[in-house]
Amino acid sequence: MWLKDSSIGRKLVMSISGLALVFFLLFHGAMNVALVFSEEAYNWICEFLGANWYALVGTLGLAGLVVLHFVYALYLTVQNRLARGKDRYAVTAKREGVEWESENMLVLGFVVIGFLVLHMANFWFKMQFTEIMHILGAHDFSVSEFAPTDGAGLVKALFTTPIWGQVYCVLYLVWLVALWFHLRHGIWSALHTMGFNNLKWMKRVKCIGTLGATLVVGLFAVVVFYYLGYGIGELCAQAPAVVEAVEVIETVPVVDSVEVVVDTVQTVVL
Amino acid sequence: MDQHIDIKVKVWRQAGPKAEGHFETYELKHIFQGASFLEMIDILNEQLISEHKDPIAFDHDCREGICGMCSMYVNGHPHGPDSAITTCQLHMRKFKNGETITIEPWRSRAFPVIKDLMVDREAYDKIMQAGGFVSVNTGGIPDANAIPIPKADADEAMDAASCIGCGACAAACKNGSAMLFVSAKVSQLALLPQGKVEAAARAKAMVAKMDELGFGNCTNTGACAAECPKEVSLANIARLNREFLCAKLKD
Ligand code: HEM
Ligand code: SF4
Ligand code: FES
Repeated sequence: MWLKDSSIGRKLVMSISGLALVFFLLFHGAMNVALVFSEEAYNWICEFLGANWYALVGTLGLAGLVVLHFVYALYLTVQNRLARGKDRYAVTAKREGVEWESENMLVLGFVVIGFLVLHMANFWFKMQFTEIMHILGAHDFSVSEFAPTDGAGLVKALFTTPIWGQVYCVLYLVWLVALWFHLRHGIWSALHTMGFNNLKWMKRVKCIGTLGATLVVGLFAVVVFYYLGYGIGELCAQAPAVVEAVEVIETVPVVDSVEVVVDTVQTVVL
Repeated sequence: MDQHIDIKVKVWRQAGPKAEGHFETYELKHIFQGASFLEMIDILNEQLISEHKDPIAFDHDCREGICGMCSMYVNGHPHGPDSAITTCQLHMRKFKNGETITIEPWRSRAFPVIKDLMVDREAYDKIMQAGGFVSVNTGGIPDANAIPIPKADADEAMDAASCIGCGACAAACKNGSAMLFVSAKVSQLALLPQGKVEAAARAKAMVAKMDELGFGNCTNTGACAAECPKEVSLANIARLNREFLCAKLKD
């Protein structure tokens, strides 16, 4: 099968699976932006998708794409390492025109998939998975105080709870930065692999890559920044309590973990 | 102004294909900066011979940038730190007094070391033999203008044809991919009417040979084009992908 046995075939699988994921992210991101405007609208979408058959088929398809992309990424990387031979260069120099992200796609991919797992635990598990359990008969299955269709409540709770909410915002932003770099190379590289490029279009295709990456990441980032601002606003409103919390922390002789700080702040503030 | 400089040269020494290699450092005094890089190695070799040591084996032929033999990885760059030239066109004025210059052979599974800096680049010849030509039934020489070719196509084919098969692309690539070379060879023919006839079969045969010989999968990092002494463009790789994918989809 040439999609497995030829290098360009393997690259085609990488690029098509990658681009399909990009389109999914665009869709997902556009959906999220609804949150900024109206929580009801977002919850309506959550209800509409929920665990309907088309949402389930879509989810399975996506899982398949991620697995395919991931397995091919490992396969390609192993082959490429072998192709370099057993001796490494003692000196390697930086080359003009070679983007950093293009040489670190696997690492960026690992960061993306690591956060993906966290993200699934944060949301998918509490929404679609819970609904699936309900359909399967486990009616009192629940892992969250929010109803599976109250996506907005869940998001708000995760991102605006004092301190942990802000920690999550920053974590999600790190994820988005990694994704931006992965896509900045990924999108143009995929188009190039599929043959959609030539001398004249070279600059344009790279520009499409950067714009695409920025659009996808921007859609998600808007929501995170919105809640980060919201959360910090809440914190400031409780500033006197925070000052008190800081005083309490200062009395702790050795603050040896973030947990201690967060717990103290939470108990005082809430 | 060119001066005389004292340098240290750290060279990869490997007795044979199966032997373990290692670096050896030599001191060279009073090297004229107007000398070419290969002349510097010639001087070093004379010094080694006078000390009854084994001279450094390295490939070279034309010494004017057209044969592609002088494969050397100098200070982390194939063909040295200057751009758009081969090692034989590199001059000592690119180096400073007191500098240590590291010279390594191409390191790629498909280019095994023969001795010291000399590698076996036959893999590229095998890819050419797989389809890098136009099959012709010889007859009279046709008139040069009998087949009209757009200027833009002729120029692009000419630029692709400037590839000298030196191997710097695969040597520079973190994936050990030969795509820039193969794409240049496919493009120079696919762009012209004479080569178009066999374009699909050629792309398939050359890519199959390239994969068989153990070159890696291209991830479009662009290190090849950045290091190519002939500045062959990455756009050729898109053309090769296109030719190959269209050929496969037609099967
Ligand atoms: C949901 C997230 C992801 C999206 C949207 C995505 C998208 C893409 C795209 C569009 C490409 C370009 C394909 C090509 O050049 O032919 C690509 C390549 C790649 N991806 Fe991903 N990817 C994602 C996740 C991952 C993950 C989890 C990994 C695994 C560790 C990974 C590793 C790679 C590697 C190694 C490449 C090849 C580098 C290259 O072709 O230049 N990606 N990705
Ligand atoms: S494409 Fe450039 S680097 Fe590669 S073999 Fe040809 S001339 Fe050398
Ligand atoms: S010796 Fe011929 S290109 Fe350098």
